[in-house]
Amino acid sequence: MSILGNRVLRVEDPKLLTAGGTYVDDVELPGAVELCYVRSPHAHAGVVSIDTEAARRAPGVLDVLTAADLALAPIVQHLPGIPAEMARPFLAGDRVRFVGEAVAVVLAETRAEAADGAALVEVEYDPLPAVVALEHAASGETLLFPAAGSNVAARIAPAPAPSSAPGAAAPGAEGSIFDDCEVVVSERFVNQRLAPCPLEVRAAAAVLGEDGRLTHWSTSQTPFAVRQALAGALGVEEGKIRVIAPDVGGGFGAKNGDYPDELLVGVLAHRLGRPVRWCETRSESMLALGHGRAQQQTITLGGSRDGRLRAYRLEVVQDCGAYPLLASFLPHLTRAMASGTYDIERVEFESVSLVTTTAPVVAYRGAGRPEAAAAIERAVDRFAAEIGMDPAELRRRNLVGPQRFPFENPTGTVYDCGDYAAALERLLEASDYDSIRAEQAARRSCGETVELGIGLAVYVEITGAADLGGEWSAVEMLPDGTAVVRTGTSAHGQGHATAWSMLVSDALGIPIDAVRFVQSDTDLVARGVGTFGSRSLQTGGVAARQAAERVVELARELAGELLEADPADLVVDPGGGGIGVVGTPTARRSWAELAAAAAERGTPLRAEVDFTPPGGTFPFGAHLAVVEVDTETGGVRLVRLVAVDDAGRILNPLLADGQVHGGLAQGVAQALLEEFVYDAEGNPLTTTLADYLFVTAAELPSFESLRMETPTPRNPLGAKGIGESGTIGSTVAVQNAVVDALAGRGVRHLDMPLSPERVWQSLAATG
Amino acid sequence: MGVKIVVEVNGTAQSHEVEARTLLVQYLRDVVGLHGTNIGCDTSSCGACTVLLDGESVKSCTVLAAQADGRSVTTIEGLAEPDGTLHPVQSAFREHHALQCGYCTPGMVMAVVSLLKENPSPTESEVRLGLEGNLCRCTGYHNIVKAVLAVGATAGATAGATAGAGAAAEAGR
Ligand code: FES
Ligand code: FES
Repeated sequence: MSILGNRVLRVEDPKLLTAGGTYVDDVELPGAVELCYVRSPHAHAGVVSIDTEAARRAPGVLDVLTAADLALAPIVQHLPGIPAEMARPFLAGDRVRFVGEAVAVVLAETRAEAADGAALVEVEYDPLPAVVALEHAASGETLLFPAAGSNVAARIAPAPAPSSAPGAAAPGAEGSIFDDCEVVVSERFVNQRLAPCPLEVRAAAAVLGEDGRLTHWSTSQTPFAVRQALAGALGVEEGKIRVIAPDVGGGFGAKNGDYPDELLVGVLAHRLGRPVRWCETRSESMLALGHGRAQQQTITLGGSRDGRLRAYRLEVVQDCGAYPLLASFLPHLTRAMASGTYDIERVEFESVSLVTTTAPVVAYRGAGRPEAAAAIERAVDRFAAEIGMDPAELRRRNLVGPQRFPFENPTGTVYDCGDYAAALERLLEASDYDSIRAEQAARRSCGETVELGIGLAVYVEITGAADLGGEWSAVEMLPDGTAVVRTGTSAHGQGHATAWSMLVSDALGIPIDAVRFVQSDTDLVARGVGTFGSRSLQTGGVAARQAAERVVELARELAGELLEADPADLVVDPGGGGIGVVGTPTARRSWAELAAAAAERGTPLRAEVDFTPPGGTFPFGAHLAVVEVDTETGGVRLVRLVAVDDAGRILNPLLADGQVHGGLAQGVAQALLEEFVYDAEGNPLTTTLADYLFVTAAELPSFESLRMETPTPRNPLGAKGIGESGTIGSTVAVQNAVVDALAGRGVRHLDMPLSPERVWQSLAATG
Repeated sequence: MGVKIVVEVNGTAQSHEVEARTLLVQYLRDVVGLHGTNIGCDTSSCGACTVLLDGESVKSCTVLAAQADGRSVTTIEGLAEPDGTLHPVQSAFREHHALQCGYCTPGMVMAVVSLLKENPSPTESEVRLGLEGNLCRCTGYHNIVKAVLAVGATAGATAGATAGAGAAAEAGR
């Protein structure tokens, strides 16, 4: 009986629970030089001079370096279309562009001495106007990169969208896509800036070996990308560098990218020939780790009074922060998923990505797709309120039907498979929607001050997009009867050691603890992309499974020879016994015997596979939130969160549930609590975990999580990604619930986070 | 400048000279060499550094090493039995998948041990409020709460067996 699909406990846990993980800052590196960065207190300023004298004389300080001392070219971003003038330097040169940008680095014998030294570096700044508001950035009044000529990092022009219904009345050249709509609603949404907050901050450690090779430990989701960036900075071949991401304490997209303060650790270790290490503080991390979201959206949704949606326009202004990193690209993902689960004939999208004097924006759980879902799901609720229709009913009338797959949406994205209506009906039934509505009405009719709100979201998202490449994996059977599986993905909490071991143990018929899992070390893994965008199982997991299956083929050939049997008659013994003739227990070779025989012949039982899926997969689901809103205080309490999620075939429900729970919590956090705030001068106001409202256990209910399984045809495991969907549905479901609670009091829209103050003020305004 | 301290860490007496400004968490990690206890913030907000000091949970980034002089400290490394048998909280965390990246886990487990010592069969809301000072970014707390309630239910059931059926029913909520 196959282990696949079963609830299998994690192989990672025993060590994490008894000794703790080995994170980068736990790596022993005797004699390491410690780094501490001197960071700008200004959002935007010219750097006039840097006086390092006092710092150099401080106890334990070995050196202080500035951009001029480093003489390093800026970091190359591997994203199309970003103006070259906006490339990010390792240390700021003549200008700083956000609070927290590093201008100098102090090298000292101990961490405390490095920090003490950094406090003694005197930097003279010539303040420039901050650019925080996106309108200000768009005006071009103040330019962050005068040589670029504008603050625009990227743009998506409003291409006329192809109609999904051939023969439908095409809008005239001058006409608007809303011409035939009886009802049109329009609204501006702010999808606020968030701090990703992995519990482990960034750290790095590096040492140059006697063989001239550099070993660099990194808190990264993508060790191969770190190796590539280091090789570029050092001007050496990638083969001269080994990057290891040991245990990594969460990433959520933000530990995916080339951070100058991290890369400098490897660069300096290479230059000094002495080990170097660095670990940021949380307060530094809040400023210097990339932020997430930060979109301003204008939606226009039109349709008929009887609830048929016909046209949708989404205009996005993406805040990139000071340097265009991944954020400049996020609107492409928002565009791809703009119309969500709905069958809307005409969709228009346009976006502009702007630089501002704030921390660079990167990927954060969902990266562009939660923003798309928030826009369309909020817009649908807004439309439902406008025509006085129940939001569940409006959704029901407009969902893409299950017979339509593969379905090409109006922005050209081809969804693999799905049954959105089934997810919605399942949700309504599981949550007992009608009775919550009845309770809501009852409370309203007796004038209770604590209103009940119900919010829905029926989402679809894209995971494992094919243009991000595939993954490599190798499986080898060793003469001691154990197997090793190597993968190019790089888990940091997701439980891949367990998942990949299940896939291999099932193929080879050996116990799960007879599989050793290897990842995140560029010397032990041939190549890899990494873990982000919910891509790992459907790329790396498939590769591992296929490599294991090839090992079985090799072993059958060999066993056929050894047993003088037809390989076609040979099967894997699911009890761990190796390979033998069906029904003849004596005619069998154990895995240890087979691996030893193969080794003797110089052809080890080893196979490697590169798997690139033919296209992305499209997890979907429906989420429902129930909130209580105290109209006297503005306080919001999340009472229930019910989630139906379909990520295709589930390998291990234990891991899948964990991913969903974490995603749901981060969605609630954005809806109700979290926002990274800059004032008009670009000063960050939420720089510690005391100021930033990181969601705690006390603000959350236990979740009600249900599963549907519609296997994708796009990979042999039938698996779609599940790392981000929890966030994608829940964020806007909770937001919709709060607005719904206040609908009877004249509130039509509220931006996130739905703080008591914001809720209370909206009530005061509507009177 | 240095301060001489003697601290019992996980049952073993440790004696060192430390700088007066050394925090207990730095002492445990850098001097004693136990890296299980993590640091997640600089404002005593996250609880990643939680250990037991004379049996009670403290955030070890808020205590000076010198303040631990003459006292006993238990970290995640000292929680299981010497023969490797997991503490019930460790077992429950594994059984209920209450950890993902593991970074919050040592502190979270110690906080739970302390919470259950004070309140052996807590309600869900008592667990949630009791763990408010321990942040986790991965699990959404769902399975952490479930694990704690499971240990609590076992404790309740054991108490119920001696005290009568009422306590068991209470714990089964
Ligand atoms: S490190 Fe002690 S509370 Fe965060
Ligand atoms: S398991 Fe990652 S922070 Fe809790």
